[in-house]
Amino acid sequence: MAQPAIPVTPALKDDLDIVIPTIRNLDFLEMWRPFFQPYHLIIVQDGDPTKTIRVPEGFDYELYNRNDVNRILGPKASCISFKDSACRCFGFLVSKKKYIFTIDDDCFVAKDPSGKEINALAQHIQNLLTPSTPFFFNTLYDPFREGADFVRGYPFSLREGAPTAISHGLWLNIPDYDAPTQLVKPLERNTRYVDAVMTIPKGTLFPMCGMNLGFDRELIGPAMYFGLMGDGQPIGRYDDMWAGWCAKVICDHMSLGVKTGLPYIWHSKASNPFVNLKKEYKGIYWQEDIIPFFQSVVFPKECITVQQCYIELSKQVKEKLGHVDPYFQKLADSMVTWIEAWEELNPPTKAAPAAQPNGVKKDAPAPKPK
Amino acid sequence: MSQTNIGDDEVDIVIGALHADLTSFLNEWRPLFSRFHLIIVKDPDLREELKIPEGFNLHVYTKSDIDRVVGSSYTAINFSGYSCRYFGYLMSRKKYIFSVDDDCIPAKDDKGLSVDAVDQHITNLATPATPFFFNTLYDPFRKGTDFVRGYPFSLRSGVTCALSCGLWLNLADHDAPTQALKPGHRNSRYVDAVLTVPARALMPVSGVNIAFNRELAGPALFPGLRLAAEGKLRWETVEDIWCGLCVKVVCDHLGLGVKTGLPYVWRNDRGNAIESLKKEWEGVKLMEEVVPFFQSVRLSQAAVTTEDCMLEIVALVKERLATLDPVFARAAQAMADWIKLWKAVGSGSGSSRPSNG
Repeated sequence: MAQPAIPVTPALKDDLDIVIPTIRNLDFLEMWRPFFQPYHLIIVQDGDPTKTIRVPEGFDYELYNRNDVNRILGPKASCISFKDSACRCFGFLVSKKKYIFTIDDDCFVAKDPSGKEINALAQHIQNLLTPSTPFFFNTLYDPFREGADFVRGYPFSLREGAPTAISHGLWLNIPDYDAPTQLVKPLERNTRYVDAVMTIPKGTLFPMCGMNLGFDRELIGPAMYFGLMGDGQPIGRYDDMWAGWCAKVICDHMSLGVKTGLPYIWHSKASNPFVNLKKEYKGIYWQEDIIPFFQSVVFPKECITVQQCYIELSKQVKEKLGHVDPYFQKLADSMVTWIEAWEELNPPTKAAPAAQPNGVKKDAPAPKPK
Repeated sequence: MSQTNIGDDEVDIVIGALHADLTSFLNEWRPLFSRFHLIIVKDPDLREELKIPEGFNLHVYTKSDIDRVVGSSYTAINFSGYSCRYFGYLMSRKKYIFSVDDDCIPAKDDKGLSVDAVDQHITNLATPATPFFFNTLYDPFRKGTDFVRGYPFSLRSGVTCALSCGLWLNLADHDAPTQALKPGHRNSRYVDAVLTVPARALMPVSGVNIAFNRELAGPALFPGLRLAAEGKLRWETVEDIWCGLCVKVVCDHLGLGVKTGLPYVWRNDRGNAIESLKKEWEGVKLMEEVVPFFQSVRLSQAAVTTEDCMLEIVALVKERLATLDPVFARAAQAMADWIKLWKAVGSGSGSSRPSNG
């Protein structure tokens, strides 16, 4: 289906926030301007809060640095990582929109095999607005895509599918490899454009990469906590993995769908594999305990909301992973802190939204009313 | 686990002939088939003589062979129509089988290059499958890709791939209601991926374009679920869907893998979906029972071979499905017969069987 590069009425213009963690600069936004400009941005500035990050002209945005995080969350700020892109989940916390698209500042617009520029945001929106099919695998992939459908043998009673909670995009050029693989294959580039979106079946775990990701904040937001990484923590580069495993087991419990595949972005930066190895090293062998843990998670039937599932998960983390390393006890505590922060900033009964001036750049917002 | 080397002499290509004149079919496939041994099984309902072009290394089996080998001891098994190919699986003595419908020809990929479907299936079967954790860059054993960050290292050696399910350009394998609703709909999307279907995820396996490890999957691929008005168009069958669910459940239990995706074949336009729909939609109804049944199957620790697993599934079919519809009771009997037949006639590889065609 041909899509205009700049949609006449951008889909979900007022219902979606673009969350971008950054420590360097936002130059990459220039390339995304035709696709992103209609949307509101939430910039989470990591690292030194005294540094000024310039946002290109013409974007409507909020920007939060570490001082803002501390001010808004108070003691609960301890759950938000510092010096790691995991801090992006602060943007999820403060957003007031139904949908989030998050992207890294070294990800650019990719081209499809015909040479056309890919509107990654539009594809994520399409993925999120159409059902997933987690209960039975469709061999022609996403049946809700134009030009596809369910195959023979697919039961009609399952064809309504499930609501899509997460849309996981992929990367051309620098693939998302771990440090050991990067060291062995430093020159490998992903040049294969796989023209598919598919649902990851219920009961199957996957490695969720945070650099090109969309999700329905109302459906799964409280589970999208990116953990304790970076400064002062024994591990890094497992933030999105952790969020993905937690979110997937909760999606499975609540019959929500997770899609992966299109859209592609162009990943330009290969991070230093030796630096990565130091960050990931503990994760690589802790994972061997973490994966069986998630594969065996069972939620009691009393857990009917995402928050309840998440709190339950934090208890199980403490109980079953606590012996692997004291880090997991801290992580379990911070998972609880995250939910407390979520409940505080996203109270169940919504007050009427304050009138927002259009197109005005905002600095750190006033503290939220208690 | 690394790549297995599969020699040409370890592969049989099994074709169920539902059409008598195989000349253009075999000539289209000649560049890809000529180095392999072929088994052609003539649909026992077909009256005319088969027309087969010269230059192939093949055996032909007909109704008289089927009657001779199967005899009257296995009355529940019906090899007519699409099921005739299973006789070929039974008679093969090779380790790997590729089977494709006789209304398909080689496809071209998205760059216009000819797809070697046989070679791709062999690669799929020769490289490990990864059913225990989803790799977001699909088959990590394909050239130019790998496991992604976050994929547990202990799961990276993978498991043996027992079944490789290919896809179709042009006429995709939709059911009759779907195709009838969109009569002009043709599949033109070439998805350049092979992936492992995760453990415990079930899927509809289409018999149109498949390959498998005969030793591992053979006992689970058989003519079992036969519709009352089963016909000579795929829209009028679900027998392959039934087998595929058996194979997947068995593979999940035994720690084997099933891949799906490449290769594509080009499936010629044939038949009329609306006509098929008018005649037969029993299959669509039966799926509503079949899928939940297979999703609930749990096999015992004692089942350590495909045959063991199939015997347990037979018992479960008798217990849970047979009372819902006589077609299931017949399927259970066919399964039980097939396992006996496989043990008597089908097991083993190495020596080839003389044909009587």
